[in-house]
Amino acid sequence: MKSIQELEEIRKRTLDRVNQRTDRTTTRIVVGMATCGIAAGARPVLLAIMEEVEKLGLSDVTVAQTGCIGLCKMEPIVEVIRPGEKKVTYVKMDADKARRIVNEHVVGGKVVDEYTLHIVQGKMLNDYKVEKE
Amino acid sequence: MAFYRSQVLICGGTGCTSSDSMKILEKFHEEVKKNNLEEEIEIVRTGCFGLCELGPVVIVYPEGAFYSRVQVSDVEEIVAEHLIKGRPVTRLLYTESVEEGRIKSLNETGFYKKQERIALRNCGVIDPENIDEYIAVDGYKALAKVLTTMTPEQVIEEVKKSGLRGRGGGGFPTGLKWEFTAKSKADQKYVLCNADEGDPGAFMDRSVLEGDPHSVLEAMAIAGYAIGANQGYIYVRAEYPIAVERLKVAIKQAREYGLLGKNIFGTGFSFDVEIRLGAGAFVCGEETALMNSIEGRRGMPNPKPPFPAQSGLWEKPTLINNVETYANVPAIIVRGADWFASKGTEKSKGTKVFALGGKITNTGLVEVPMGISLREVIYEIGGGIPNGKKFKAVQTGGPSGGCLTEEHLDTPIEYDTLTALGSMMGSGGMIVMDEDNCMVDVARFYLDFTRDESCGKCTPCRIGTKRMLEILDRIVEGKGTLEDLDKLEELGNQIKAASLCGLGQTAPNPVLSTLKHFRHEYEAHVIDKKCPAGVCQALLQYTIIEEKCKGCSLCARQCPVNAISGQVKNPYVIDQDKCIKCGACLDKCPFKAIVKK
Ligand SMILES: Cc1cc2nc3c(=O)[nH]c(=O)nc-3n(C[C@H](O)[C@H](O)[C@H](O)COP(=O)(O)O)c2cc1C
Ligand code: SF4
Ligand code: SF4
Ligand code: FES
Repeated sequence: MKSIQELEEIRKRTLDRVNQRTDRTTTRIVVGMATCGIAAGARPVLLAIMEEVEKLGLSDVTVAQTGCIGLCKMEPIVEVIRPGEKKVTYVKMDADKARRIVNEHVVGGKVVDEYTLHIVQGKMLNDYKVEKE
Repeated sequence: MAFYRSQVLICGGTGCTSSDSMKILEKFHEEVKKNNLEEEIEIVRTGCFGLCELGPVVIVYPEGAFYSRVQVSDVEEIVAEHLIKGRPVTRLLYTESVEEGRIKSLNETGFYKKQERIALRNCGVIDPENIDEYIAVDGYKALAKVLTTMTPEQVIEEVKKSGLRGRGGGGFPTGLKWEFTAKSKADQKYVLCNADEGDPGAFMDRSVLEGDPHSVLEAMAIAGYAIGANQGYIYVRAEYPIAVERLKVAIKQAREYGLLGKNIFGTGFSFDVEIRLGAGAFVCGEETALMNSIEGRRGMPNPKPPFPAQSGLWEKPTLINNVETYANVPAIIVRGADWFASKGTEKSKGTKVFALGGKITNTGLVEVPMGISLREVIYEIGGGIPNGKKFKAVQTGGPSGGCLTEEHLDTPIEYDTLTALGSMMGSGGMIVMDEDNCMVDVARFYLDFTRDESCGKCTPCRIGTKRMLEILDRIVEGKGTLEDLDKLEELGNQIKAASLCGLGQTAPNPVLSTLKHFRHEYEAHVIDKKCPAGVCQALLQYTIIEEKCKGCSLCARQCPVNAISGQVKNPYVIDQDKCIKCGACLDKCPFKAIVKK
């Protein structure tokens, strides 16, 4: 890097990839890949998404790993931002669910509601523990 | 694997069970079977949702229809209308407020809204292994600004003005530390990053390194410019393999871009960073021990002075800061000291990252403005205590900190207020305890940790902690006396006064603070020989309540040592001399006739 101009060029060139606002032009899918996410099974989720995006030949879609989103108990977490739309957070993902998201949401444009957060009285309910009977 | 089109979740928590949720569960099974839906509908019993006041609670997925106060007589209707015809029974649906129900983004939750992310600004947003993405969110802009438009003195002035204080535990003003190190004259100086993070339960620094490693590298280069150093080291524990890997990638990319190395931005300033791995001893987080460890000696603290700012690594002036401290620096430079100083309180500026753990609904990593109350963090962000249990205490500052109680819940989180209450900010562990935690046991856990981690250099710390632990062991076994409590206090104060480093100086804190706030629990252990929370095995008794026992003999068949005897259909009794307190009988009794206390 010789100069600040070069830095600025990289910034401009990459800005759209990480833009969190609705004025972005491409779709971004991020998978939480900190220790907590990986321990909860984020690796196969990331792989499934990359495979599916490749298989469907989607251009204008970036798939990226990212750090801890903060809600460790809901990992693996996948977030999707499409142009013109607000970010959608999917929790407790697995490879099959992730493929469904690529097909229905990223391609089809329809949010897969059942994998988003479910909140009642400020509590997130997706993390219910199944009790043995 | 069967694919169900719907899932019915029925709460099996204590609250809902006491209002007959198990009968509701049976009725669901019955109705689903009657309608031949067993292949399509899965019925699941869950743990408490933490919404006991709305119980019994039933949720039907995928819609996430939330039914509250369900009666057995409602089940038939839910199955007929909702599961068969797909029409939720609105009469029973809990009316959710605007922010509730199915929400699309984490950013809309109370968990997120109360947070303010500065140190974690890029975690969960950018790809940590892609330097371009860091640059896209203004990465390395602060370094460019500093190198091309500011003098080292101006940089230090800016950091001082921001009010940033060390996030590694001590809370020392960062700008002052930079100034001291800058003023030391020497041919060589060093910049160190403390990423040892030894506090059990803490993972703030790991998350920053895994999610945004470049922010730390950039800040270290800025610090190098400010103090006049061209070499930095990051001391990180080998138990953080992902963090280490991401750091390696980041350093390599930064070097390739010329953002580390010689003549950065053509300004003549050179700076490079290397990683040093630690073996994960708690004491190696102490700055002088850390430097000994880097130099290849045993990780043992030295007396101060000399302070690292005068004579640190290889006896050269050294600046050492914590990961989170550094992560704040680029944001301060880009957005200005005034912006940063406008957040937080008079003496504690900015934000702090906490690792929320223990008996709390939303465990995870949160970053909040300084001055926020413990109550807001625990209830509004953390979602309160699960399973309808009662809050008892919150532990901050890890093994060096103390416990705060209900009456402190409205205390603002600041360095000085927490210290004044006998706890401390620490590095950011926050462990919540409920009525089922025994405070003597909690104190014992932390002391066992520090006793184990003492480097052994000073006698008060090495032997004192051991003696305190022996006393605590006596107390939890029911062999303690009232004098033991005084002894703990006396010994604790002596260890604090006579130890060399922060480990020994704070090791007694968990014991002293619980003795102060929960003396009645200690007294219950030594006087009544009881553990009120039902944790300390030796003080527990399993007994059968005569009126509740139906004489079914299930418990007696379960007991591995034949301690339970009786006649079928008559109340059974437990022979306390034989009972080994394994707890096997407790869950077996269908009438909840066996109690542990
Ligand atoms: C026993 C002990 C353990 C410590 N562990 C850490 C640690 O893991 N990480 C850390 O940043 N500071 C730790 N510290 C504090 C460091 O000695 C030092 O004060 C800190 O790294 C300075 O950085 P700061 O001013 O940015 O907080 C520890 C101190 C003691 C006494
Ligand atoms: S106080 Fe404890 S840990 Fe610190 S130097 Fe002394 S013996 Fe070692
Ligand atoms: S606690 Fe264990 S040993 Fe004691 S009565 Fe129950 S089953 Fe028997
Ligand atoms: S017991 Fe059912 S919500 Fe708590």
